[in-house]
This record gives sequence, structure tokens and C-alpha cells, in this order.
Amino acid sequence: MKALTILLAILGLSGTAQADRMPSANTYLPAYKSECGSCHVAYPPSLLSAQDWRTVMSSLDKHYGDNASLDEKTRQAIESFLADQSGSRRTVSGTRGNELPRITTSTWFVRKHHEVPRADWHHAKVKTPANCSACHTRAAEGSYREREIVMPNGGRWEDD
Amino acid sequence: MKILPLIAVLCWTSMAQAETPAQMLAVYESEAARQMPGFQASGQRGGAFFTKQFKVSEKMPACTACHTENPGKPGSHVVTGKAIQPLAPAANVERLTDHTKVEKWFRRNCKEVVGRECAPAEKADFIAYLTGGR
Repeated sequence: MKALTILLAILGLSGTAQADRMPSANTYLPAYKSECGSCHVAYPPSLLSAQDWRTVMSSLDKHYGDNASLDEKTRQAIESFLADQSGSRRTVSGTRGNELPRITTSTWFVRKHHEVPRADWHHAKVKTPANCSACHTRAAEGSYREREIVMPNGGRWEDD
Repeated sequence: MKILPLIAVLCWTSMAQAETPAQMLAVYESEAARQMPGFQASGQRGGAFFTKQFKVSEKMPACTACHTENPGKPGSHVVTGKAIQPLAPAANVERLTDHTKVEKWFRRNCKEVVGRECAPAEKADFIAYLTGGR
């Protein structure tokens, strides 16, 4: 019985460690990386639901205050890729009214970042919570592991 | 079958025009000259265009809002904070080497910042400014 408890504990731990592990950006559709990864990090597709990605991809001319229009063929290819790789209920966003869904307001994102001090969010290097690579040093590669985090002041992230 | 060599030549020229910043400049300059005979690109005009406050967009009133006043330095996207590599080929060898990419960003950013598409003459001047030529 003791062995089983230990085994379960190990499995549970590795499960937690896996939580921040997402597919490498090498697995992203090249058009997604180049078209959606220029002005911001190409966000991990699993962070929004298929429905939310479709909403985002259907209004690129009004993309969070920017015009990010694409030709229809590219737009469709990217939308299919995102819908295909979209997230489970763990990461579904909390949208209000007619606003576009935001990864940064999803319950998952808020829970994951609730210990980040206010001053860090407002740091000149950060500007917006959408700027993943401000702290997640390998965000561009699709990697968000805890040990890769460097806070705006240069320090490591200590989770307590 | 006579059309094959023609296709080959077309493919070659469309690739060739995308190889170097100097060729990029030549492409836009000749395009502008077709509209304005005798047109010659001016780096000085391009520089003025780069720093001009168009004020069409509140967050991006000028190119410099994201690219800084020095195209040899990295900038950052004014909304998302994402780092932007320098525009000048002298500081970033990847710049002005892919015609499709150059056209894409002219289209997007001109609409956003200038409020319309840019004319070939404006593009030629801008490239002359970035490359330090003419």
C-alpha cells in the first residue's frame, strides 16, 4: 500500500510539472508562426477553445485595435490549425459581451499568474500581460516552463 | 511548349528582384519612374517620411512609434511590447531581402500609420533611407 501511495504521489507530481509543458513552436503551422507571430508571440493554440479561435479569426480587420487582415486562403489555413490544436475546458477564456476572447482574462491564465506582483505587470519591459516573452524567455519557441522565467527585475520566479 | 522558357524567366526575375536591398530599391524606383518619369529615390525624403507624424492612428502616429527614431536600433511594438529587429539592413541582414515580405509590411503598416497604401515613390525613398543609398 505504501508503494502505491508513493507511486501515486510521483505520478501526481509529474502531472503538475507537465502542466506548463506545451507543444514546441516547431509544431505550429509555419503560416501561423509568421503571420501571427510578428506583432506578438504566436500564442500556444491550446490556450483558447476552438470557438474562441474562430471568433478571433473571423474579425482580423478589427484585431484588438489593429488591422491584421490576411488573404482568405491563409486565414482559413490558420483557423483550421488553431481549431485543431485548440484547448480543452482547462483553458477556455472568459469573454464578456461582444469583446474578443482574451487568453489573459481566462480563468486558467488568471489562476496561473495571480502571484505576479502588480509592479511587474506595469514594468516598462512588460507593457501588457499579452507580452509573454517579457518573462517567459522561451515563449517564442512555445516553451513556458517555470525555470525559464526571468522577471522584469532580472530575478528568477519563485513559486510559493 | 514555347511558354516554358517564359515561365522560367518570370520565376527567375520574381526571385531575383527579392535578393538584395539594392535590388529592392531598384525595383521600387523603376516602378515609381513608370508613374513619374525621371524619378530618383531620395534617402532624405525617406527619412522625413519615417519620422513624419501622420497621426492617423492614436497609438501609432508615426513609423517611429514602434521602430524608434533610429532604424539601426531594435524597436518594440507599441501595443504588445514584442521586440522588433532593426529595419536597416546594416543592422539586420534579413531586412529587404524578400519582396513578398516587404510588400506585406508596407501594405499593413502604411494602412495603419499613413491611413492608405504607400506609393511606389514613397517606398523607394524609404528603402533609400534605410539602406543609406541615394
